[in-house]
Amino acid sequence: MYPFNYHRPQSADDALALFKAAEDGIYLAGGQTLLPTMKQRLAAPTDLIDLCNVPDLRGIELETQAVSVGALTLHSEVAGHEGIRSALPVLSSLAGEIGDSQVRNRGTLGGSVANSDPAADYPAAIVGLGATIHTMDRSIEGDDFFKDLFETALNPGELITRICFPVPERAAYQKFPNPASRYAIVGVLVADFSGEIRVGVTGAGPCAFRASGIEQVLNADLSPESIDAVEVPESGFNNDLHASAIYRAHLVKVMAKRAVADLLN
Amino acid sequence: MAKEQGIGAAVKRKEDLRFITGSGRYTDDLNQPGQLYAAFLRSPYARADILDIRSEEAEALEGVVAVLTGVQMAEDGLGDLPCGWQVKQKDGSDMVSAPHPPLAVQAVNYVGEPYGIVVADSIATALQAAELVTTEFRELDPIVDLVLATDSERIHADVARNLAYDWELGDAEATDAAMQRAAHVTRIEITNNRLIPNAMEPRAALGIYEAATEEHTLYTTSQNPHLERLVLSAFVQIAPEHKLRVIAPDVGGGFGSKIFIYAEETAVLWAARRVGRPVKWTASRSEAFLADAHGRDHLTTVELGLDAQNNFVALRVSTRANLGAYLSTFGSSVPTYLYGTLMAGQYRTPNIHVEVSGVYTNTSPVDAYRGAGRPEATYVVERVVETAARELGVDPADLRRKNMIPPDAFPYETPVALVYDTGNYEASLDKALALADYVAIAERKAEAAGRGKRRGIGLACYIEACGLAPSKLAIALGAGVGLYESGEIRVNPTGNVTVFTGSHSHGQGHETTFAQVVADRLGVEFDAVEVVHGDTGRVEFGLGTYGSRSIAVGGSALCRAADKIIAKGSRIAAHMLEAELEDIDFADGQFQVRDSNRSLSLGEVAFASYVPADYPEDLEPGLSEKAFYDPENFTYPAGTHIAEVEVDVDTGVVELVSFIAVDDFGHVINPMIVEGQVHGGVVQGVGQALLEHGIYDDQGQLQTGSYMDYCMPRADDVPDLVVDATVTPCPHNPLGVKGCGEAGAIGAPAAVINAVVDALGTNDISMPATPEKVWRALQG
Amino acid sequence: MQVEVTVNGQAHVLEVADNTLLVELLRENLGLTGTHVGCDTSQCGACTVHMDGRSVKACTVLAAQAQGAEVVTIEGIGSADALHPMQEAFRDCHALQCGFCTPGMIMSAIDLVSRNPGIDNAGVRAGLEGNICRCTGYHNIVRAVIQAAQNM
Repeated sequence: MYPFNYHRPQSADDALALFKAAEDGIYLAGGQTLLPTMKQRLAAPTDLIDLCNVPDLRGIELETQAVSVGALTLHSEVAGHEGIRSALPVLSSLAGEIGDSQVRNRGTLGGSVANSDPAADYPAAIVGLGATIHTMDRSIEGDDFFKDLFETALNPGELITRICFPVPERAAYQKFPNPASRYAIVGVLVADFSGEIRVGVTGAGPCAFRASGIEQVLNADLSPESIDAVEVPESGFNNDLHASAIYRAHLVKVMAKRAVADLLN
Repeated sequence: MAKEQGIGAAVKRKEDLRFITGSGRYTDDLNQPGQLYAAFLRSPYARADILDIRSEEAEALEGVVAVLTGVQMAEDGLGDLPCGWQVKQKDGSDMVSAPHPPLAVQAVNYVGEPYGIVVADSIATALQAAELVTTEFRELDPIVDLVLATDSERIHADVARNLAYDWELGDAEATDAAMQRAAHVTRIEITNNRLIPNAMEPRAALGIYEAATEEHTLYTTSQNPHLERLVLSAFVQIAPEHKLRVIAPDVGGGFGSKIFIYAEETAVLWAARRVGRPVKWTASRSEAFLADAHGRDHLTTVELGLDAQNNFVALRVSTRANLGAYLSTFGSSVPTYLYGTLMAGQYRTPNIHVEVSGVYTNTSPVDAYRGAGRPEATYVVERVVETAARELGVDPADLRRKNMIPPDAFPYETPVALVYDTGNYEASLDKALALADYVAIAERKAEAAGRGKRRGIGLACYIEACGLAPSKLAIALGAGVGLYESGEIRVNPTGNVTVFTGSHSHGQGHETTFAQVVADRLGVEFDAVEVVHGDTGRVEFGLGTYGSRSIAVGGSALCRAADKIIAKGSRIAAHMLEAELEDIDFADGQFQVRDSNRSLSLGEVAFASYVPADYPEDLEPGLSEKAFYDPENFTYPAGTHIAEVEVDVDTGVVELVSFIAVDDFGHVINPMIVEGQVHGGVVQGVGQALLEHGIYDDQGQLQTGSYMDYCMPRADDVPDLVVDATVTPCPHNPLGVKGCGEAGAIGAPAAVINAVVDALGTNDISMPATPEKVWRALQG
Repeated sequence: MQVEVTVNGQAHVLEVADNTLLVELLRENLGLTGTHVGCDTSQCGACTVHMDGRSVKACTVLAAQAQGAEVVTIEGIGSADALHPMQEAFRDCHALQCGFCTPGMIMSAIDLVSRNPGIDNAGVRAGLEGNICRCTGYHNIVRAVIQAAQNM
């Protein structure tokens, strides 16, 4: 790794001040993507601002129709949390599929979402469940959050504090992992909000998105078979040595069908 | 003597205690006072001329001790890295070996090729300094495509058509004629995918130079430290052999990739002498992907001719083998003598012809990787036999059985230069078919179809030539070294035993198996035997570990040494017991006068040999014997592997649902260790078939240069494995052993792909059978 | 910077560079070379240790992030004459060959079993997703973890 200055601020304000003062600062949440990138000398931030001591970034709150998760909550905490498992099981099972167990023991919700990796799992839940991303000074709707490859609606230095996931009647997530990295080649989350269907897709495009064509047919007929009729255009989809855009488009349908089948069970 | 720890017993491993407690000592765990750290300057281009290297800024960085380049290495008189196997071409001429300086001087020919070394007081400083070196390159169009390479510009000035050799084996005319008469000819084109070995311990080196004594010491991750010393002395000329000690301490896996004499280890030792301080280098995984020799990478056309009764009458093979940018240490021999010679497989095909073009490309050098030529040969034979069976509408197992060399035909001379010593191929086939419940496959296919899955079963009946190798034969075929092994047994004055072997263990468990052999032969306790290996300063000589040779050659050497111990001990015992030498019997650690109760233990005899009071006058004191064992033939492990898969038709995902390996390794010293070797080999073979692929883009950049993109088999990619055995003992070595290290990797790729082909009902799918490839095949 | 960390029960105060990794602190500063480095993309798991009771990849944690933490390495779970049941099971089942991935594999397996006492074959295979072994084909590792689960 290139040299950098490590900071451990005790408040969100201090974190922001350090960020602003740094030449090229970056927040360190879990570090499970950031540190490997830096080790490979693909990133050279001047300052790492570790959020571990910033208060109010942790904790899981179960509300009547929502689950609110602090940004620094570990993937393994979400996966293992009894309350989430009963209120919003799709979120814990999705979290339990991220990376591997060691990564889940360090990686955080806020870190993953802020990074907007096109192949990360959480973004499917953000758009698929219509989550609200709370930052220090505003709330951003899940539909408006992911902008492009590694690009979000966050302003420079803006810190995610909590993410609030509405609880649907039922939901399911299906992931087709990259056999090497275990990231999602395609991940599809289907949620049924009392008859209103939302479908969040990760892995297929430059960032997570809602599959409106699939939502449309599922709103008319919530069955796996109804998805057969949908055209998922591959245009704009990721195309790499692991999966062509055409194959990804196909997988979106297959994963969506499997998620619907799961959800109906 | 405790038989429960002798030959044939599943003894727990001696080496495990240090590994499970974290007290193993691998090269990177070692440090020296005053030690410096190295980073390499590596080419970012696949093909370029080096115009200028400016290192002033790097040298000015605090903590940097030296920036050294290939120019300085050449000025110091260091020689090229040699290729150790001279292949003769079809026309009788020698192969064309391009110069291979350890550090590139004028041109770089693959991404990652080292052309300089930076030495600094920390790894971070060395890496930072390496980035401060500015090198001016003239980029040239890289030659990456294996097919186009022979019609492209020359990579090396002296190599026309980028062809290292055009080689053949077998009778071309007879094969052509038989093929013409054949009632049916099956022809397929197949790819053997490039693999990247990925031993879990990355390569590392620690070089030390003592100016006062001119002694050079190299700790390194080697499968064959004596060979490393020999090459570094005789060819690279870094130091004379008696002033160079190479130590391979605990080594974390090799699979072939740590046989070779590489640039980095050479440069580290040279740099240590230049700067007068110890220098250490440990590869990052990213570096390992570029700098370790890769494996496989063939394009092949194969035709199998059958007569009207489905007897194989002719096999014609034409292969283009990618050798990479330079000939690595044994790179030339892998696609020739370790490949073409195996084309008879288990079958009595009377006419075989193989031709191989060895081609240079601007990619990392390609050399031996677990199986080395034999997985490629098995893949060719077993894919074409499978395809023939499908074309003819006969059961693939029946077609194989019909053409197998029968058990009474040994020794069997093949049309491709080998004499198979023994075997019973039908026995392993039958056992595997029974374990697989082959007759009920139709029911399993129907049941799977009910779940929306396509099920398939695939066989591979493989043979390998192991126990490398009879020296005279190997040298006649082009080997630059003998391929015997050395062993030494010292019975210490107190009766315990220290064993020295030139073989090397980097996971195989020699400290256990070799101790079992010696304990058994000498009738001493297993715990009283310690095995030393991996240090040229302690072990006299050795050729190391590769080609499943350790027990067959290294173990045999120890048997010979044990015979000598017993012979000398018998003379001592005869003298002490006042008996005739011919009346002394040795059994269970006791020298006994026949038909009497007078006896001496090995320990008592050993003590007497070191305190020679009551001792034969014409005998030297001491009880230490060494032996070199040169095998009279290869050994020929063989067996049948059966894979069963289920294909998810929606996604193309192939699930390996069962894998059965029935192998004939002859006698087995430690069945627990042998099974472990099969497990590991099989999963590497499954990796080749389903997951692993070294892919370059058209600019010669490695696309699969980390575990993010190069898919290593994980625990959840494979099922429990079924491993069983049949036994025909090797008739020409003292233990009747054949070698087990590579079988899994040899049989598995063909078995798995044959199963996928069976599931899909197509004739071919290239390795690795990735989900998208399979899905596309299903689309038709 | 200064890092206070407890490793295998022993408290340390160490002066390290800001960009020091936990694995470097263990191997270089404390000489605990049982924790290995097998890759640079956080996938092989050879560097797995326990930090505050959870398995983590020590190559992907800054030494600074271990401030105040309890770290346990392979050297801290048992000794040659008092092996941890997982170490014992690895030896019994021949679950290691070259030994390089072994410390990380054992540390992962201990965490896995302690959280899933009745774990089965498929659970072990899925749970060891973050550890790569090139030697054993995993067969005997899975057997060992299941055996240890019965003795832990």
